[in-house]
Amino acid sequence: MSALLEVEGVSKVFGGVIANADITLAVPEGAIVGLIGPNGSGKTTLFSSIVGQHAIDGGSIRYEGSEISRLRVAEIARLGLLRTFQQTRIYGGMDCLKNMLISISHRREGLIDMLSRHSAEQVDEADRHLEFVGLYEKRFLLAGDLSFGQQKLLEFAMALMNGPKLLMLDEPTAGINPTLINGLIDRLKRVNEEIGITLFVIEHNMRVIMDLAQHIYCLAHGELLADGTPDEIRGDNRVIDAYLGAH
Amino acid sequence: MNRQGMLILAVLGVGAVIGAPFAIPAFITQLSFLWLMVLFALTWDIMGGQMGYNSFGNIFFFGIGAYVCAVIQRDAGLDWHVAFFIGMAAAAALGVIAAAILGSGMLGLRGQYFAIATLGLGIAGGEIASGWDYIGAGSGLVPPLYPGALGAREMFFYFLFLVLAIICFFTLRRLYSGRFGLAINAIRDDEDKAESMGLHTTRYKTIAWCVSAFFLAMAGAGAGNMIGFIDPRDVAFAGLTFGVWMVLMAILGGKGTLWGPVLGAAIFHITQELFWTYLLGWQRVALGLLIVVIVVFFPTGILGWVREHYPEKFGQAVDAEAQGAAMGEKAEP
Repeated sequence: MSALLEVEGVSKVFGGVIANADITLAVPEGAIVGLIGPNGSGKTTLFSSIVGQHAIDGGSIRYEGSEISRLRVAEIARLGLLRTFQQTRIYGGMDCLKNMLISISHRREGLIDMLSRHSAEQVDEADRHLEFVGLYEKRFLLAGDLSFGQQKLLEFAMALMNGPKLLMLDEPTAGINPTLINGLIDRLKRVNEEIGITLFVIEHNMRVIMDLAQHIYCLAHGELLADGTPDEIRGDNRVIDAYLGAH
Repeated sequence: MNRQGMLILAVLGVGAVIGAPFAIPAFITQLSFLWLMVLFALTWDIMGGQMGYNSFGNIFFFGIGAYVCAVIQRDAGLDWHVAFFIGMAAAAALGVIAAAILGSGMLGLRGQYFAIATLGLGIAGGEIASGWDYIGAGSGLVPPLYPGALGAREMFFYFLFLVLAIICFFTLRRLYSGRFGLAINAIRDDEDKAESMGLHTTRYKTIAWCVSAFFLAMAGAGAGNMIGFIDPRDVAFAGLTFGVWMVLMAILGGKGTLWGPVLGAAIFHITQELFWTYLLGWQRVALGLLIVVIVVFFPTGILGWVREHYPEKFGQAVDAEAQGAAMGEKAEP
């Protein structure tokens, strides 16, 4: 069995603080995999390691069977492995449509492409994705003027525009109006089923992650504590202890 | 504004810039300098405004252009016009090559580190040029005299800079409306995000500097000839005058907009000429005050201020009504 993403024995140390210790996990193609853990357990660090934002101190990260732990951020992104950020990152000085248009895939891009204009199909596609996340009406607004939740949705739409194979979402529902969360879960599932994007999701909202993921990994103190189906995780005393502070 | 109004304005504008040297021949050199200033501001804004990389070394490419062209004119032994245009083409090519090489080395720096690094460029250029005998060292270089009749020289340079400024303006307009424009805006807003979305950030940044250098080197080739004497520090690598002005003009007009640098250059140049005429002796003080006023009262520039107060004029709909109007416009085939 070869998964789309294989993390094997990855460690990351920040000046004596062990953020990740010997983490091994796998994200199979087409799946929705969850990553949970109390604050400071190293979830976001692991995401940053996978997409190349910092070098890892040990272990290996394989994507589609080849080692990516030595590649740079943009190179990994061009392979179709994308992440979104916990604190949203959008281009605040540009309107939503422009944010979308520049988020197209840059996999094959020559000088001519770099100096060309957007095709009508690209604009259509951008509109379609904005419609999908419910931001079509705001497409000519500056992205920086949107609310936090809307920026989060825009960032999600931008990631879809890029056409990734594996999308890693860092707390997609944080800051989103609770009444909209069900809609977002539904959209994430549709993206997974209809477009076939594999999802790897960090989430604090237990209801969301139990509903969404087929397999969940739980981190605590930088170590892999448990993994299993949502039901197994729910019944795992070690996970409950980690969250309630028994450690 | 409707289409007809735009057309009338455009015709009037074209008429004015073509007719100006004939209508007010006494001001023809000032007007030629006005177009040079527009070129300065437009080329600076590519990096400084649209991409958020403040460069204080763009004057370097201007200086290269001035020297390359003058040396070719001096040594080629061809007809003046032929030598000049060959020199100009060579200047543009060398400017772009210099930008590509420097860019690949320096554009890895971010924000203020890049700004400080570029500060050294102009100074180094001036020092090298004033110590190199082949290009006249400290005593400068005099390009061959324009061969035409009296008055033809001024006319030639007026239209040269007019055409260059117009080509530059429309090239940038075209580039800004495409992927290149969005990419450099994205780099300005959040370079880390742009990288994590897979953008070839270094490539885009280098292209931006090359475009800037392309037009600046040609402007330098023309300016060296128009001024008639290339001093290494006061003309070619004039960091303290041209080099600072290009930043001020872009900021005054509104950096990061297409028309801002044009507007800023016009206002700056006219005020500066007025200071020189009516405040002689105090002109530098007045200029200094103007700079302070610009930065304090118009930190985002004139067009930046207009955009903040009337965003819908820039296609940024802020309420449902304006939204509907903007969408209606787009929906038409």
